[in-house]
Amino acid sequence: MKRGWFLPIVATLGFGFLYAPIVSLIVFSFNESRLVTVWGGFSTRWYGELLNDGQMLAAAWISLKVATIAATLATVIGTLAAFVLTRFGKFRGKLLMTGMITAPLVMPEVITGLSLLLLFVSMEMLLGWPAGRGLTTVVIAHATFCAAYVAVIAQSRLRDMDESLEEAARDLGAGPVRVFFDITLPVITPALISGWLLAFTLSLDDLVVASFVSGPGASTLPMVIFSKVRLGVSPDVNALATIIIVIVAVAVTIAGVLLMRQSKTAR
Amino acid sequence: MTSNPAIAANTRPWTNPAAKPFISIQNITKRFGDFTAVNDVSLDIYQGELFCLLGGSGCGKSTLLRMLAGFETPTAGKILIDGQDMARVPADKRPTNMMFQSYALFPHMSVEKNVAYGLLREGKSKAEAYARVAEMLKLVKLEAFGRRKPHQLSGGQRQRVALARALIKQPKLLLLDEPLGALDKKLREETQFELINIQETLGVTFIVVTHDQDEAMTLATRIGVMSEGIITQIGEPRDIYETPKSRFVADFIGSVNLFEGKVGPAAPDFMRVETEDLGPLNVLPVPGLTQGQTVWLAIRPERAWLTRTRPPEAINSVPGVVRDMGYVGHMSSYVVRLANGRLVRVTQANEGRRENPISWDEQVTVSFEPADIRVLTE
Repeated sequence: MKRGWFLPIVATLGFGFLYAPIVSLIVFSFNESRLVTVWGGFSTRWYGELLNDGQMLAAAWISLKVATIAATLATVIGTLAAFVLTRFGKFRGKLLMTGMITAPLVMPEVITGLSLLLLFVSMEMLLGWPAGRGLTTVVIAHATFCAAYVAVIAQSRLRDMDESLEEAARDLGAGPVRVFFDITLPVITPALISGWLLAFTLSLDDLVVASFVSGPGASTLPMVIFSKVRLGVSPDVNALATIIIVIVAVAVTIAGVLLMRQSKTAR
Repeated sequence: MTSNPAIAANTRPWTNPAAKPFISIQNITKRFGDFTAVNDVSLDIYQGELFCLLGGSGCGKSTLLRMLAGFETPTAGKILIDGQDMARVPADKRPTNMMFQSYALFPHMSVEKNVAYGLLREGKSKAEAYARVAEMLKLVKLEAFGRRKPHQLSGGQRQRVALARALIKQPKLLLLDEPLGALDKKLREETQFELINIQETLGVTFIVVTHDQDEAMTLATRIGVMSEGIITQIGEPRDIYETPKSRFVADFIGSVNLFEGKVGPAAPDFMRVETEDLGPLNVLPVPGLTQGQTVWLAIRPERAWLTRTRPPEAINSVPGVVRDMGYVGHMSSYVVRLANGRLVRVTQANEGRRENPISWDEQVTVSFEPADIRVLTE
């Protein structure tokens, strides 16, 4: 069959649209010139400068910490919510809970951020915790909205799963908790890994919510980059972005390969 | 219980009114919202039986099985297993095991681990558990496959792993949900007898749910025919086939010709039934019928007999024309059209090489022995 010229052109345009900005960012990260839009020859100078930029490195470290803890918390909370919604049959308020668990997906981030800020402030006044805003509040805020994404992913996997697997384990003498850890959890693990990765990326990427709930000493990477860019784009931001892209690409590839292997053996 | 010689000697304990049932289902009802899946079912099953619950989809047979396993709670009624009330016993504490229609093998565990799971949950040591697993895999002829994952097995092998896993705890009662449903025809026939052998070797009581009447007839010591949440008839395969209680059962098991008629005046040897399709027929007298009552006559195709001329000794015969004929080898099946257009199915055994078999469009006579006509009132 002749493919014709249409498909290749559309594909090229599509991929170009998606990846041209990223490619130009990577290219300009190796630019010698301080002027971002003028090519001054190849150099790794900005990578070197980045290593000496303490503020940037500290922010990157904070972001990684926040993303790891928040994604893990979100995975635990989201999985539990999904389990309750898919396995507990009908209960009072189920529809309300289903709606509320997915609400953060469509809630404008500004509102999520503002409401969390108000909550933290009033909690501090009433309970004395959390004391001020910082890492803890950012983690809690991120875990809150990431849990919704994990719940949606885990829910669809739990629905697809053959429930007679769990019944078979019950039948063979395992109590409900045992069944969850022996059967349900291993079977849905691939979905939870992709849920965790999604939560990690969302947290790493978030600027709006973090701006609301963060405090002194807890500026995440997007916050630092954003404040830097407001003073003009400096080439070391390009270098940092390139490093992040490489890390994300490697992680996604590994996760993809793992998932593919798992799905080959699981069915 | 198993060592009780009185029960071991009697292979048909249900015929002995003094025998104690092993499983007693008493007035069980299960409703899902407005829908009644199982409606006031009572059933006694004896030690060592291979009982088949037979019925179409949605007849409630699987729901009944799931209540025995403990996955559904009865809306009303009581289940006793070996004298113990199961009402407050959760699925993981019941002396039953189940083989699922989908087999439900744990995809992330090897065959060995699947089979060992029940024993390890019971608190057996690993050494003991895996020794038993080896024995069990030998019984189902899968010794060489212990380290494989379920997805590396064929359908028939998976079925045997599921059976081994369900049997390893030596349950008092094994529940099987369409155990052969996912196998192809040839494999199914082989597996049927394997299943019976295993059941007899281990002496475990089996309850099998199936929609396949041939499977039920081959496997069962007794069959319970279910329809719309009710057990319409319980009996040995032969009883169900030869003396069905209702048109539903007669039609569901095997094929049958059904004729509506009215009870005629009493006669000394035979009872007369006036039918529209066949005219008056002589049947064996059935006590308790009144003259003029509507009844249905059920005649199995192989019990009708086909001749070119009216046999002089025939008590009931009607003329017709052969409209269709199929040669199957060991038998031939015919469709005969009667004078009023009604079709009758007749099968004839092909014993010996007949010179001139009856064929299409021939004028024939269909005859019925009174003893082969089953009179049904419902």
